[in-house]
Amino acid sequence: MSEKTSASRRAFLRTGLAGGLAAGGAALAAGAARADDPLITDLEAQPWTQYLGDGVDAAPYGLPSEHEAHVVRRNVAWLTADPVSSVNFTPLHELEGIITPNGLCFERHHGGVAQIAPSEWRLMINGLVERQLVFTLGDIMRFPRVTRAHFLECAANSGMEWRGAQLNGVQYTHGMIHNVMYTGVPLRHLLEEAGLKGSAQWLLPEGGDAAGMTRSLPLEKALDDCLIATHMNGERLRPEQGYPARLVVPGWEGNMWVKWIRRIEVGDRPWHHREETSKYTDLMADGTARRFTWEMDVKSVVTNPSPQAPITHGHGPTVLSGIAWSGRGAIREVHVTTDGGINWHQARIEGPSLDKSMHRFVYEFDWDGAPLLVQSRAVDSAGFVQPTKNALRKVRGVNSIYHNNGIQTWAISSEGEAENVEIS
Amino acid sequence: MSRFPERGRRAGASRLLAAAALALAAAPAAAGPLGLGRAATPAEVAAWDIDVRPDGTGLPEGAGDVLTGEEVFAEKCAYCHGDFGEGVDRWPVLAGGQGTLTDERPVKTIGSYWPYLSTVFDYINRAMPFGEAQSLSPDEVYAITAYLLYMNDVVDDDGFVLSHENFSEVRLPNEDNFRADPRPDTPLAKAAPPCMTGCKDSVEITARAVILDVTPDADEDSTAGISVD
Repeated sequence: MSEKTSASRRAFLRTGLAGGLAAGGAALAAGAARADDPLITDLEAQPWTQYLGDGVDAAPYGLPSEHEAHVVRRNVAWLTADPVSSVNFTPLHELEGIITPNGLCFERHHGGVAQIAPSEWRLMINGLVERQLVFTLGDIMRFPRVTRAHFLECAANSGMEWRGAQLNGVQYTHGMIHNVMYTGVPLRHLLEEAGLKGSAQWLLPEGGDAAGMTRSLPLEKALDDCLIATHMNGERLRPEQGYPARLVVPGWEGNMWVKWIRRIEVGDRPWHHREETSKYTDLMADGTARRFTWEMDVKSVVTNPSPQAPITHGHGPTVLSGIAWSGRGAIREVHVTTDGGINWHQARIEGPSLDKSMHRFVYEFDWDGAPLLVQSRAVDSAGFVQPTKNALRKVRGVNSIYHNNGIQTWAISSEGEAENVEIS
Repeated sequence: MSRFPERGRRAGASRLLAAAALALAAAPAAAGPLGLGRAATPAEVAAWDIDVRPDGTGLPEGAGDVLTGEEVFAEKCAYCHGDFGEGVDRWPVLAGGQGTLTDERPVKTIGSYWPYLSTVFDYINRAMPFGEAQSLSPDEVYAITAYLLYMNDVVDDDGFVLSHENFSEVRLPNEDNFRADPRPDTPLAKAAPPCMTGCKDSVEITARAVILDVTPDADEDSTAGISVD
């Protein structure tokens, strides 16, 4: 096992280190007399400088550089029974800023990706309303719309880590999250159009996919900030994200953001369907279980360095980058430690700080090349502090699967390699 | 439409009235504020509104017994769930597991974990068999549900018949073990401001992912016995 393990870790790091070493070699010679760099002095080494490139229509829908082909969603085959009802993970270690590109947003389907033509899509509102209505997509586009950035985190993100450090890669430990700028219609408008009856207290959003996904949603949340979204990051939703319309439930667990939404029933009590009883309930050590644990609590993680993104430049000026988010508001502070939590530093929140949205934090430091134990700890606008994993285990045990917002530790070796560890 | 600016509301009033008049032609009931959408027909609502609640609301008329359920289950469910609900490969285990919720490896089944029988009926009816959703008749769903109760020792008579009439009398054993969300269950900042300097004397690594390396790209297939769903 250990032989195979180190072999696979070497393979894992090879591509990253190769690029970095070449750069490091060049840097070494900076002060002394050195050979000229052919990438500057030799025209033949720079064909892009001499010959014409592709014209404007080579890619009518643009794609990333061929050199970024490794930046993809990846799955963990052993987690689920079948790829049709499975999950893959956002490559957080390859991203910067706060917006997740549409093609890299992690996927979670329970019955595969429904393929629905916009002209064949319908949304029904029924139940405790004055008027049971059917909307077309054209109808939806005539309601007042808003644009807001929100993170979507699967309740099971980091769920594999309850029993201890397991997966070597932030993509796998934290990649069931994406942050997208949605455009959509406040659900409140659609409910007002149907006219809520006085006894209305709960909604049942339902997906049109082969899983018929349903969740009970309290009316108060629906009227507060939920959206029926049609666009993500400026373009129409991707099929795997619920095209042509999905529910957006800001700050609450991703399973509730029903994709391919076809119906919203209005009722007076919750339905207790599969995804809120058998699944997405949190089993405690004493055998009881928590239900309706909707909010995703304050959480952060260092994305660089991390096991898939080692430090390749050696000691000296180093940028530590990471993400933080909370389902209860905005991020107020992020603290970073490089000594395993003996001393902490204020990280800089870089870029927009928006409600129930991912935040980017950075911490610049001069690395002396000694091994590090790197962690981040976020505090949100509601006063919640990201707890240690052991603090969570003490209260909840190790079998709750969901809502693991514990502090992540990466051990950085003197070579810059990162490993998922737990510390005292 | 409180999100409309006042000015926009007045300016748009005549247009809205025109839209409402158009909508009225399709919708006999008074239109909503914008007059968008059309009335759902009773047949449309009936076609999509198939959900079932713990109090039995939404159950279709029908009945099925344990032995019939066993036959239907063997034909349409056992391929993934196993003849006795034991689960094939990583497909869900449906039966057994009672008394394991405090174990190191709990087995969460209909009998050991699910709080309500209505959830079983609703889910089978809307999403099963996997890849052929909504193909079962109400009587078949009642029969499969009865067989699942039998496999989970909730009923012990293989002649038991489950129907819309006796459905709500059946209780699952774990119903009382669900709790409301008690968070926050860790200290807030005002009660325990996060420590910034000299927070502990020393630090040791207590666990490493490489000990149990299940990261993809490893050379072997690995199963850590965990599930995200």
